[in-house]
Amino acid sequence: MYSDKVMDHFSSPRNVGEIENADGVGEVGNAHCGDIMKIYLKIDNDVITDVKFKTYGCGAAIATSSIATEMIKGKTVEEAMKLTNKAVVESLDGLPPQKIHCSVLAEEAVKAAIEDYQKKKAQ
Amino acid sequence: MSKRIYMDHAATTYVNKEVLNEMLPFFTEHFGNPSSVHQFGRDVKKNIDLARDRVAKAIGALPEEIYFTAGGSEADNLAVKGVAYANKSKGNHIITSKIEHPAVIETCEQLEKEGFEVTYLGVDQYGLINPEDVRKAIKENTILISIMYANNEIGTIQPITEIANIAKENKIYFHTDAVQAIGSVRINVKEQNIDMLSLAGHKFYGPKGVGALYIRKGVKLVSILHGGSQERKRRAGTENVPGIIGIGKAIELAYQKFDEHNNRITMLRDKLIKGVMEKVPYTRLNGHPERRLPNNANFCFEFIEGESLLLNLDMKGIAGSSGSACSSGSLEPSHVLLAIGLPHEIAHGSLRLSLGEVNTEEDVDYVLQVLPEIVDRLRQMSPLYENVKGGKQ
Repeated sequence: MYSDKVMDHFSSPRNVGEIENADGVGEVGNAHCGDIMKIYLKIDNDVITDVKFKTYGCGAAIATSSIATEMIKGKTVEEAMKLTNKAVVESLDGLPPQKIHCSVLAEEAVKAAIEDYQKKKAQ
Repeated sequence: MSKRIYMDHAATTYVNKEVLNEMLPFFTEHFGNPSSVHQFGRDVKKNIDLARDRVAKAIGALPEEIYFTAGGSEADNLAVKGVAYANKSKGNHIITSKIEHPAVIETCEQLEKEGFEVTYLGVDQYGLINPEDVRKAIKENTILISIMYANNEIGTIQPITEIANIAKENKIYFHTDAVQAIGSVRINVKEQNIDMLSLAGHKFYGPKGVGALYIRKGVKLVSILHGGSQERKRRAGTENVPGIIGIGKAIELAYQKFDEHNNRITMLRDKLIKGVMEKVPYTRLNGHPERRLPNNANFCFEFIEGESLLLNLDMKGIAGSSGSACSSGSLEPSHVLLAIGLPHEIAHGSLRLSLGEVNTEEDVDYVLQVLPEIVDRLRQMSPLYENVKGGKQ
């Protein structure tokens, strides 16, 4: 049911972990529904220099978090804000229809982390 | 990956070789239609009668009380709808439970849309139904009580005789879905006052697509499938002859090997449960510690989700199942796990391992070696585990 790409990111997820004193942290989803994604960002001069994630959820939730971290690493904050769930799905060579919401969560988690960074910066 | 361990026998079993060998001639040389007058038909009819005898004998019924169907779900539909429609003039109330198989629950929900009234009884933390709750739910218009013999997810075995007796005292029909219980529990429908009982071939090393409903003589029930006089006019359609031959042989073997098989499986199950509970922290056993099917182990691992656990186990060659929302294809986790009082986030982390004839002690050892590592790896990835790991719990 999953593409090889999804299985690859699920079985060897990239960028798993936490960043101490992260510049931005975003957490979306809830345990009730069975998905939580937490993304940590290290940002220098508005460029994402490091990114890590922690995810509680199904295979698609783990794979979308993993690929989303790859897609935004090295990008500017402005570029990363343009990440869409559609782009996440495409990079994974597709997701089963009932798993599309996982890609939405991945997009939301990235945006929540960037918004957290922007809020901190503004303070 | 060389190792392949199947621990999903509650989902389905393979067909036993001996069973298959009895079935095979009925695809080719014995192909006649059992309704035909000629010898081709008569020859097959005789063998269907033998299969019927075998099923009847296994559950203490009379052969003429066994009706073959296309599986457990059809048997459940026939029992519930058949009795509901036939007894509408007496009443429109049905009692069942919150942990029934969807074949019963969704049939009841359909009947509700048609004007029937249904009481869905709750269960305790082990998944047990209190017979007194059944008694209290009975009303003047109650026509049917349907309670499963043993639960397919958590393996809890219900006090069926007590519930059946309450039904009998109140002159209400009693049906039990025994799909998971056949071959794992000794059943005698006459001694236990069971009016109807559903079973399915592929849960006890018989073929898929064939089941049976026992209907006690005298039960008022209408057919739900029309178009022929097969099965004494209660189930139209040309018989699935090889399937029927198969289910007959399979049920006979299941009870011939009953003690030997179940003693061995119980030992493996207990070793598995003990090992998992010892090796994996933050784990709970679902279902009753003793009153459970000999092949069933069901756990919830906190902080992780069931589908990712299943995928990881599968990569290590282990086949199990889960009641998480993601593995069920719906948004909700298993109705059974919610009914025993588990919060959603715990229910999402469930794993059912159901043992069978092929499993060995080495298989259990392998699971006990691989499973704790996988759970730990997923927990290390889970934001829910951070507080625990940091010693905050």
